[in-house]
Amino acid sequence: MVKEQANWSPYDNNGGSCVAIAGADYCVIAADTRMSTGYNILTRDYSKICQLADKCVMASSGFQADVNALKKNLYAKHLIYQHQHNKQMSCPAMAQLLSNTLYYKRFFPYYSFNVLGGLDSEGKGCVFTYDAVGSYERVGYSSQGSGSTLIMPFLDNQLKSPSPLLLPAQDAVTPLSEVEAVELVKTVFASAAERDIFTGDKLEIVVLGASGIRREYMDLRKD
Amino acid sequence: MGSGADSERTLYPYVTGSSVVAIKYKDGILMAADMGGSYGSTLRYKSIERLKPIGKHTLLGASGEISDFQEILRFLDELILNDNMWDDGNSLGPKEVHNYLTRVMYNRRNKFNPLWNSLVIGGVKNGQKYLGMVNMIGINFNDNHVATGLGNHLARPILRDEWNENLTFEEGVKLLEKCMRVLLYRDRSAVNKIQIAKITEEGTTVFPPFSLKTYWEFSAFKNPAASAVGSW
Repeated sequence: MVKEQANWSPYDNNGGSCVAIAGADYCVIAADTRMSTGYNILTRDYSKICQLADKCVMASSGFQADVNALKKNLYAKHLIYQHQHNKQMSCPAMAQLLSNTLYYKRFFPYYSFNVLGGLDSEGKGCVFTYDAVGSYERVGYSSQGSGSTLIMPFLDNQLKSPSPLLLPAQDAVTPLSEVEAVELVKTVFASAAERDIFTGDKLEIVVLGASGIRREYMDLRKD
Repeated sequence: MGSGADSERTLYPYVTGSSVVAIKYKDGILMAADMGGSYGSTLRYKSIERLKPIGKHTLLGASGEISDFQEILRFLDELILNDNMWDDGNSLGPKEVHNYLTRVMYNRRNKFNPLWNSLVIGGVKNGQKYLGMVNMIGINFNDNHVATGLGNHLARPILRDEWNENLTFEEGVKLLEKCMRVLLYRDRSAVNKIQIAKITEEGTTVFPPFSLKTYWEFSAFKNPAASAVGSW
């Protein structure tokens, strides 16, 4: 029989973009809700954002099945942490855990591109950005996923964060107010949806602040 | 992994089933699939049932490798039997079955030995309608309407236009028939022997197979190249 299928691959890229912005006392985490495979849209309403701890939210794009497995893994580890320490994990601790979890599968990686946003133990906004095998860095803002090449330079231009090479080290949190940050996130996603076919349908925005967590939605292009 | 196991992996499918289309409607879930089983481009089997009830609250539809689907049915038989033997009055709902299948499919892809299917899981339990999908590498999601294979190209645009939450049974069947007719016209591996199944709070019904009325006299069918003039 003639082989009709291309060689089988255990991976797929389901697309989507993730953004996180840290402020002095808040953090904004956002992602679109489109899930694609190739030129197909599988569903227009799939959340890429999950709350891992009280003050720690992850947005992930890439291969949905791997992201799902990664999430389950982190939930389980966090549950054990809660039982052992009787408290929620801090965002920087979760950030290290996520890095270790990704690197643990260095030679059969989770094909997932994550940004982790939250509040650190002082209540300051923090963002951690990753690659698929666990390299990570604390930054003031970041973008991952299919639209990141469009979004990241836009954020760089608008936020002009101090270089990480400066000595003494300068604080990376953005000078924006919470309202301004949410507005910026809406703008970058509306822009990315114009050119990136894997980004669109709906934008989900999570805002973590001292008063708690808040969710917001905005429609994006559906084509 | 021993060297003998290498030859036991599914590297490509042999006998395959075509699209499954499913929607939520007022009282539950409706699903449709044809009964063809293709051996490459040969129509090898003509009476394969690809819609199966699982337990009391779930309906499963499958496209892709038929033998893998039948293996999945054996897994599910064992799952439902074990659940029954607790005799505690609880039973697995569609959400649990979907979750189980997601784990099975993802686990097999992790072993580089996939079950070559796209599965559609529908059901109703405690007044909650449920409709989801999972494919051979473990991608899974829920939606108000889903379709596998070519159905994702040809049926879902129709569903996005015409579907709504309060479709009656008759309207739902009509909508599915419209989708299956388009698939019959344009999917070369589709056959005109179709099954529709419904699941509601009352239970599952797989209706007997039927044929769609077709009309092949459209001028575009008779002379498809009329508006596409080329050098050959």
